[in-house]
Amino acid sequence: MKLRRFLTSLIAPLLGVVVSIAVTAAILVFIHASVSGVFSAMLKYGTSPRAETLILNLATTYFLSALAVAIGFKMNLFNIGVNGQYVLGAVAAGAVAGNLTLPKPISLTITILVAMIVGAAWAGVAAWLKVSRGVSEVISTIMLNFIAIAIISFAIIRTSVGTETAMNIRGTKVIPESGMLRGSAFIDPKTKVYGFFFVTIFIGLLYWFVLNRTRFGYDLRATGHSASAARVSGIEAKRMTTITMLISGALAGLVGLPYLLGDAASYNLNFPTDWGFTGIAIALLGRNNPLGIAFGALLWAFLDVSSGQLILEGVPREITTIMQGLIVFVVVMSYEIVRRNQIKSEQNRVAKALEAQAVSA
Amino acid sequence: MNITKQQKLISILGVGIAILSITRTITSNGDLTSAVTISQALGFAVPIGLAGLAGIWSERAGVVNIGLEGMMILGTFGAGWAGYQWGAWAGLVAGVVFGGLGGLLLAVASVSFGVDQIIAGTAINLLATGLTKFLAILLFTDAPGGGQAQSPPITGEIPTITINAIADPLIALHDKGLFFISDTAGLLSGLFFQLSLLTVITALLFIGTAWLLWRTRFGLRLRSAGENPWAADSLGVKVTTYKYMAVTISGLLAGLGGAYLSIASTIYRNGQTAGRGFIGLATMIFGNWRPGGTGAGAIMFGYIDTLRLIDSDNKNVRGLILIGALVVLLIAVFLLRSARRSTGIGFALLGAVLVGAFLVASNFPPEVAQVAPYITTLLVLATASQNLRPPAADGAPFRKGESH
Repeated sequence: MKLRRFLTSLIAPLLGVVVSIAVTAAILVFIHASVSGVFSAMLKYGTSPRAETLILNLATTYFLSALAVAIGFKMNLFNIGVNGQYVLGAVAAGAVAGNLTLPKPISLTITILVAMIVGAAWAGVAAWLKVSRGVSEVISTIMLNFIAIAIISFAIIRTSVGTETAMNIRGTKVIPESGMLRGSAFIDPKTKVYGFFFVTIFIGLLYWFVLNRTRFGYDLRATGHSASAARVSGIEAKRMTTITMLISGALAGLVGLPYLLGDAASYNLNFPTDWGFTGIAIALLGRNNPLGIAFGALLWAFLDVSSGQLILEGVPREITTIMQGLIVFVVVMSYEIVRRNQIKSEQNRVAKALEAQAVSA
Repeated sequence: MNITKQQKLISILGVGIAILSITRTITSNGDLTSAVTISQALGFAVPIGLAGLAGIWSERAGVVNIGLEGMMILGTFGAGWAGYQWGAWAGLVAGVVFGGLGGLLLAVASVSFGVDQIIAGTAINLLATGLTKFLAILLFTDAPGGGQAQSPPITGEIPTITINAIADPLIALHDKGLFFISDTAGLLSGLFFQLSLLTVITALLFIGTAWLLWRTRFGLRLRSAGENPWAADSLGVKVTTYKYMAVTISGLLAGLGGAYLSIASTIYRNGQTAGRGFIGLATMIFGNWRPGGTGAGAIMFGYIDTLRLIDSDNKNVRGLILIGALVVLLIAVFLLRSARRSTGIGFALLGAVLVGAFLVASNFPPEVAQVAPYITTLLVLATASQNLRPPAADGAPFRKGESH
């Protein structure tokens, strides 16, 4: 039974990939590009050591973002605010780390804590609005995203948080080497796998453990399945909402760190600001399961990175963005169909069992 | 004492003008109520308002539309693509159609397949961003005057209306600087000064929506799909059909909003919508899921945007702070007189802080105006949620024959 469920849960992602490849191929034929040329170019570059390193690095970022979204999803909370939470977390972390000259472990601990606290605090605003004022977190987090972006541009352009780090580029003070987590070049001799990659694996395991092996995780999943049943069994829904939102925000606060501490060393206004939306997509692909999310993040990162040299084939690299959008679409649709079929077969089974009972009685 | 709706509206307008007038006098900043400001504010309000209106259509039929941003993006692209080849009007049509396709996609995913509406909307935003970036490179790179991220210039334009016979005397009256009278004249003159035909069309669409949704049988049925689709279904209303129509119309309107953006700047650019779909969503909430309030919200947000962008001598944002302070204090007075003490005290404190800021600082960063719409929306949501009434089954999945 368990195996069967596992296999059916694979149908949707596979279908998504197949459909998106088919549609992409159709588009490529339509624009008179070579289908095999494009796909083999992606495969060839995407499996080179350098690209593999870049994929791992990007997937690290995506994984954290998706995890932040997923823990909310588990409780039917829709944290669209990962964007705002992580940019604020990254700026705060960058500003603090830039001014630290401490031994690496201490410096890193402080930096990570700052990012998590700031991310959690920003998510906390949405949590407070939801719990005490009944404001939907979907809307409040969208608004908070825009406010966060404005706060950051204010802080960097107009306050001493920002300094001129390069010609005409303002950003947080460059983090000294003692505060960085650059990682090691174990795949490609010239490119390093972010140090945060290993931290992230640990976070993924912790996430799995907390959700599946602790009382808190049980409460959380129970509330997500049925809020009323959870309430009856003594779980305080409001408290769970607040805690979940804070954890989601704390995880979101980390999203910018792999890149900040592994490469950028300073948060400037060119820092990507839409990894949160990618996280939503990947959490959907991975069905909020850490292993599924890891695969989703790797797939997403592969598409992003491997498209890097498509321009040599005369095809815009954005073709992979379309692929990503299609994958999400097909996957969520097929999950829904699978879910409905499961309910139907369950109902049929129960009906049959009841009929048999009625006959024997 | 019963106050009719009209009396209430007129007194709100009067108080509003008085607040603008007081601020204009204190800050001696004529820009606050000048014809140019108002005319431009209306221009900025159009895309936001259309997005908000699009939101009303969809959510009134019970479908939450987070995909507005994506549908607007499709609209900007359609307008750029058709606009540079066949002129502004063709661009407008293409933008509307492209947006409508986005709406149809949301309908297929959320109504037919029962995918969570917020998830489907998010997916549309992703898809629209990718698709337009891809097509822009493909279609505009080699076109004369185009680039990888922008279309060639859109040819032709949508006419604007200026009635000098009315606008000129009003502008002259505004320049006299009389309390209240000059400001009223300034606000009115904006309506007769470089008024885009699209602004007129948008206003008509608002009126048409209010009539269709609240005064016709069609509207009643459509709204019933958003309030209680199961009951509507049991009475023979074709809920699925109505939802499809509503969401597609929502896409058409969002597409029009996007098309307006491209045509107004005579070019399509990647990222042109800059989150206006989401601001539209905010105006819809601000307007309590109704056209009147949504239109007012759009004009307010457009006004704030204009003052931020035409702020040549750094005075406008300070003016906005005072306007905000006066509005907040007024609300505080109302709340303190009614039973809502604690909220009233909160507003009074906020008003005091704003007045203090106004007195202490002589100029403010533009970011303050940038966040004003979002903070306003959050404030409205946090304090007026008892008075807000979204459609009862907004966001609820509906399957024919299932009960809830």
